[in-house]
Amino acid sequence: MAKDYIIDIQHLSKSYGDVKVLDDINFYIRRGEFITLLGPSGCGKTTLLRQIAGFIAPDEGRILLEGKDISGIPPYKRPLNTVFQRYALFPHLDVFDNIAFGLKLQKLPAKEIEVRVKKMLKMVSMTDYEDRSVDSLSGGQQQRVAIARALVNYPKVLLLDEPLAALDLKMRKDMQMELKEIHRKMGITFIYVTHDQEEALTLSDTIVVLNEGRIQQIGTPTDIYNEPVNSFVADFIGESTILNGTMIRDRRVEFMGHEFDCVDEGFGENVPVDVVVRPEDVYIMNHQEGAQFSGVVQSCIFKGVHYEMFVETDKGYELMIQDYNAFEPGSTVGLLIRPSDIQVMHKERTINTIEAEVLDSHHVSMLGAEWECEVPDDAATGDTVIAEVPFDGIELLDHQEDGKLAGEVHFLLYKGDHYHLTILTDNGDRLWVDTDDIWDKGDLVGIDIRSEAIKLKLKND
Amino acid sequence: MIKRSYWSLPYLIFMVVFVVLPLLLIVLYAFQDGHGHLTFANITRFFTDSDSLSTFALSIEVAIENTLICILLGYPAAWILSNRKLNRSAVTVMLFIMPMWINALMRTLATAELFSMLGFTLGKGTLLFGMVYDYIPFMIYPIYNTLMKMDNSYAEAAEDLGATPWKVFWKVTVPLSLPGVMSGVLMVFMPTVSTFAISEFLTNNKIKLFGTIIQENINSSMWNYGAALAFIMLFIIGITSLFGENKETQAEGGLI
Repeated sequence: MAKDYIIDIQHLSKSYGDVKVLDDINFYIRRGEFITLLGPSGCGKTTLLRQIAGFIAPDEGRILLEGKDISGIPPYKRPLNTVFQRYALFPHLDVFDNIAFGLKLQKLPAKEIEVRVKKMLKMVSMTDYEDRSVDSLSGGQQQRVAIARALVNYPKVLLLDEPLAALDLKMRKDMQMELKEIHRKMGITFIYVTHDQEEALTLSDTIVVLNEGRIQQIGTPTDIYNEPVNSFVADFIGESTILNGTMIRDRRVEFMGHEFDCVDEGFGENVPVDVVVRPEDVYIMNHQEGAQFSGVVQSCIFKGVHYEMFVETDKGYELMIQDYNAFEPGSTVGLLIRPSDIQVMHKERTINTIEAEVLDSHHVSMLGAEWECEVPDDAATGDTVIAEVPFDGIELLDHQEDGKLAGEVHFLLYKGDHYHLTILTDNGDRLWVDTDDIWDKGDLVGIDIRSEAIKLKLKND
Repeated sequence: MIKRSYWSLPYLIFMVVFVVLPLLLIVLYAFQDGHGHLTFANITRFFTDSDSLSTFALSIEVAIENTLICILLGYPAAWILSNRKLNRSAVTVMLFIMPMWINALMRTLATAELFSMLGFTLGKGTLLFGMVYDYIPFMIYPIYNTLMKMDNSYAEAAEDLGATPWKVFWKVTVPLSLPGVMSGVLMVFMPTVSTFAISEFLTNNKIKLFGTIIQENINSSMWNYGAALAFIMLFIIGITSLFGENKETQAEGGLI
């Protein structure tokens, strides 16, 4: 089977100092595929691309190209070419010489070089530009030259590092279509890096969603949009409302204070889950007949094709809804969600679990500080135990010095009636906190844990 | 309210008094004889005097040699300094730049002293050594600067397209650093043509350079001929610097 894969990435890891940029990455790429590495800045997507190109050596793991390990091979010997983020066109060469650069290095006959360069210029609609200096070209034209310069060598794989990031919106849309067309014509495997989820959905055959050095999900654009596997993917791709829910039994889920039919099975009974509702999947109507629940429109904004509304439901949850019809703020509406439009996801965690050391019968040490709490009788001083802290057992304070610990808001998710935050402490530990207060990503916070919220368990329990 | 352009007045006065007037004086003296009559004699004297002409040729020759040696030694030095793998500390850069802070005359005297202590015969070799020693920082620094500012993605792009590190150096790094080399050349070549202290101390005036004869003429009150020589030198420097500037804009030509 492995023969179908042009690239096979196995257990790839890379750290810079203490920071693990890539953590055990495994995936394969099919020949001729348009694959996108998608994630927020700092997720490791560019590092991954540069490892495939050969500019960065992995700490662990290997990259197979057509079954052969290329980890030790320098970039100039790899049959891959890159389109760089800021194009990196050689300013001392004209358009023709830029594109011919790779072919001249291969010492091809001048006649052949000319034929291939001209063919490539035609492919990117830049005929007649060969004598122009690259400084005289617009961003979009430079982009085309950069693509031609990489493709003229007929690489086995073309790597593209956020190639459209520097272009304005209109130009970006046009170039997306052209890239897809070029990919179709050339039949070469494309590996595309971007942080723009819309671009990824438009262009790709397969999307690899990365966050914090790990693969979150691999799938087709429709898979990733319709069936995100966790709340990160659901939040990152498209608009969505992510809510806490309970899987009552197969095909029956409870959220927002109501029970709904759904299509998911195999979660077990009465299991806490995350539920994703896309704003275009909520049916909104003037009447209550046929509605599952009701709500009051809070705001309504025209977005071009549709209206975007925020509705407060009868049980006090906020829901984003997109519809072609406008509903007046203040009006009461009936709401309906179809079973197939409800996406149920496993919760990654339902409680904070922290390793702690018993100091005496009323104190433990954890996260680099000392805490008062109830210590079970069978735990002796010096024992390592597991502390469990519910998400709402942690308090966040405005000033870092007011808390026992200091940290910053690393990631936040709105859950319809509260925020679910990931807090990165100054010691590098992660805590998950539910709060009604509004914080922003990057806010510095003081952290306190209520002592009655800390529940200790012996390690082998 | 005073118009903002008046702020430049002090500088304008300075320029007029210390740059424009002296230049005019040079031109005036160059075309006068000792009694204030207008004449071309000073200029024709230079072009008919084989001694002056050969001194001038020698000066240009020494300046070219000095510049070439400075490029050959300075470019690799600048490249090593700018390479983060080979040089991780700013201190080494400092060590190369530091000699520029010490008066050139003092360094030259010290070098002369060193040579006489070691018993070297003073001549063209010691002259070139002194010149390279004095001027090489002016070559290293501009090249180092352009190399430091150069976007690493050009080198990466070349490597990605199949260029070995050696090819990357010759096809991308060198052509892109030519502007730095050109300003280094301007800063080394021009001053060496008119230098006289180095040849005085490091050859005991055995080798006379163009700067030396200008200085001798002025010192012996032959102002008009001295001014004519200075005028000729300025004229030639002016032409070469124009030529140099052209080169800089053509830096993408890829020649060295």
